[in-house]
Amino acid sequence: MEREQGHVVEYAVLLRVWAALLVLTALLLAASRLSPALAVLALLTLTPLKAWLVLYFFMHLRYEGLLLKGMVLTALSTLLVFIGMLFLDIGFR
Amino acid sequence: MSYLEAQGRGGLLSWLSSTDHKRIALLYLFLLVPLFWVAVSLGFAMRLKHLFAGDFLMSAQTYNALFTVHGVIMIFMFVIPGLPAVFGNFFLPILIGARDVSFPRLNLLSWYFFAAGAALALLSLFTGRGAPDTGWTFYVPFSLRTGTNVPLAVSAAFVLGLSSILTGLNFITTTHRMRAPGMTWHRMPLFVWALYATGWIQVLVTPIIGITLVLVILERLFGIGVFDPAKGGDPLLYQHLFWIYSHPAVYIMIVPAMGAVTEILPTFARRTIFGYRAIAYSSIAIAALGSIVWAHHMFTSGMSDLAGVIFSLFTFLVAVPSAIKVFNWTATLYKGSIDMQPPMLFALAFVFLFCIGGLTGIIQGALGLNIHLHDTYWIVGHFHYVMFGGTGFAFFAALLYWFPKMFGRMVEPKPVFIAWGLMFAGFNLLYGAFLLLGGMGMPRRYYAHLPQFHPGHLAATVGSWLLVAGLLVLFGSLLRALRSGRRAEDDPWGGKTLEWRIPSPPPAENFAEVPVIDAAPYAYNPGRRS
Amino acid sequence: MSEHKDYSGAKIGMWLFLFTEFMLFGGLFILYSAYRTLHPADFHRASGELSAALGGANTVILLTSSLFMACSLTAIQKGRKGASMLLVALTASCGALFLAVKGFEWASKFHHGIYPGGPGLLQRPPGEVLFFGLYYVMTGLHGLHVLAGTILLCVMLALLARERIRQDDCVKLENSGLYWHLVDVIWIFLLPLFYLAA
Repeated sequence: MEREQGHVVEYAVLLRVWAALLVLTALLLAASRLSPALAVLALLTLTPLKAWLVLYFFMHLRYEGLLLKGMVLTALSTLLVFIGMLFLDIGFR
Repeated sequence: MSYLEAQGRGGLLSWLSSTDHKRIALLYLFLLVPLFWVAVSLGFAMRLKHLFAGDFLMSAQTYNALFTVHGVIMIFMFVIPGLPAVFGNFFLPILIGARDVSFPRLNLLSWYFFAAGAALALLSLFTGRGAPDTGWTFYVPFSLRTGTNVPLAVSAAFVLGLSSILTGLNFITTTHRMRAPGMTWHRMPLFVWALYATGWIQVLVTPIIGITLVLVILERLFGIGVFDPAKGGDPLLYQHLFWIYSHPAVYIMIVPAMGAVTEILPTFARRTIFGYRAIAYSSIAIAALGSIVWAHHMFTSGMSDLAGVIFSLFTFLVAVPSAIKVFNWTATLYKGSIDMQPPMLFALAFVFLFCIGGLTGIIQGALGLNIHLHDTYWIVGHFHYVMFGGTGFAFFAALLYWFPKMFGRMVEPKPVFIAWGLMFAGFNLLYGAFLLLGGMGMPRRYYAHLPQFHPGHLAATVGSWLLVAGLLVLFGSLLRALRSGRRAEDDPWGGKTLEWRIPSPPPAENFAEVPVIDAAPYAYNPGRRS
Repeated sequence: MSEHKDYSGAKIGMWLFLFTEFMLFGGLFILYSAYRTLHPADFHRASGELSAALGGANTVILLTSSLFMACSLTAIQKGRKGASMLLVALTASCGALFLAVKGFEWASKFHHGIYPGGPGLLQRPPGEVLFFGLYYVMTGLHGLHVLAGTILLCVMLALLARERIRQDDCVKLENSGLYWHLVDVIWIFLLPLFYLAA
């Protein structure tokens, strides 16, 4: 019914995730040099992707049940809703 | 052997190092009650001042300190921890058939944080250059400029927040992990649902006030500029961050109170709760919706009109889940065989006063009216109807309801009825007058008042005397019951939830044998659907 | 009281704690997003004064430390205590290295008078004052978390050595890892917000 010990993630998987993170960082740095628009685009796409990789593999979220995934989603969306609703004021003053 | 009797070394130390959730609950209670009385006395003194329109009894600066400290103590040290830390700690594990919370040592640590926070707050009154005079909201830029002891008071609020977070974290984990076999989500008593929803608010929004208060301290120490208009900072952003926490915080205060009342009503109506799922889910809905209405505290602050309209809309919407609860409570009472014992009387007062508090909230949530009512006694009246008429009366209802279980003694009902009468009359006189005064335009937090407001102030002050007299009678009879009350049976009220199936007071680990649950709670009329 | 071990409960509790950390920084992210919207040009200019190279270097350090951390958990789960201890020690060293780079960076800014209330800063337009105010608060708070994490990892090292963390009971190491990775996630966001906004 329930695993009482965590999932074992193989070294190879972790190494590949790490490599991907470094590549994404390099892309992010490069994009910020090219143009401001590209920099913002990279900020909004590559950064969440990097965070997702860490959460999903390093923090084992991929191997967790729906409960923890749902909890993480709740916390993330709470902050996003707060920022969104704040911009009802900041964006329309 | 009950949890109250000494295990091992005994004495004070065995309490201060106990990880038993019931003992920790009492540790909280022993701090909360004196703090409550300190704050009551401050409020009482403020009312006394208004016996006269001009100078009387205290200086204007003292008056500013009084309303600040009254608010800080009441909110951060009584109303927020009141129901979760005392009754939640004591009854959450018992109600789900567990022997303790998930993290007992963390639970004790959270009490120590609470004690440290309370100590810091009291220290801030007597050190530095005078007690804080900003109001409990610590609004910038005044809180950056005032010479009074704001940093210490702010640190106190930060530490108290930490305590609140750890309690919420513990309750969420306990609800997920410690339920007895067969205790499915829809067999949990509704107080547990309320605490669960509250736990999420505590975990997700308390850190925001934490960082905001840290920024106030950093601003004062290093002048980082984020809230200082002289350096380009925007004070409105302070208000946003403050209310992102502090509005949901009023739901931290009221949702567990609603949960406790939901336990009391079926017991004394001898009826299954009406609309179990509606009440359970409305707790979650209040937690969710209540987190996105914060800017209705800022309608007159100069924020954008669009934000005003949308926050006003959500404010109206949050009334829906609250109303769902009230309708279901009323339906529970319908055709019940009502036994008007003291806890029931306080619970019914809660429903009545909460309705006034809630409905006045709708009124001031309307954008146009808010301009007239903002920063007047109306707001103060509304707030006290919700927080004192609501949470305060529910706290006493819960205390009277669970007193026999917690201490193994019965409270003599007669003086409690008198206390209730005094409190109910005094309360409505005091805060009813506030609502009227506010409607007439009396601004809040003013030291002096104009002659046309004098009759209202007089009525309110007399009301405060009745209220305090009622409180004295109530606490007197509780203390007497503690010393010489009749021994309580296991189930003096005929309750059906798990706490009434174990001895009064409960043994150290609650259950000799972990119960197996095979039915919904509140099984009063078996075979008949409500 | 009977000692009861609840592996999933411990992890739920840790995640909830991480949410509070996340929301603690969340308040600052809210402020950052608001002020950047209100002062886009100032933020752009001020960000140009931060060294993207140093920020990038620190990113590589933290990402690598996260790799070590994750591997140390895999190692103990496979029963390789020595390897696990080595990896935890490497993670903590990366933490220390990160703090050293950060300290160097702060020191050079201080040297130019760019610090809260500093003379070099107050003459600038308000948006830049806010940028550097937030920069110091957010990287400072993050640095404190790295410091706390490094100390935590040293404790874990001792627990590993005394076999208090074992193959069949390693939730403490797993939870420390969660904390460490969260600190990394926050840095992932800080990098583009401060160093690459130019």
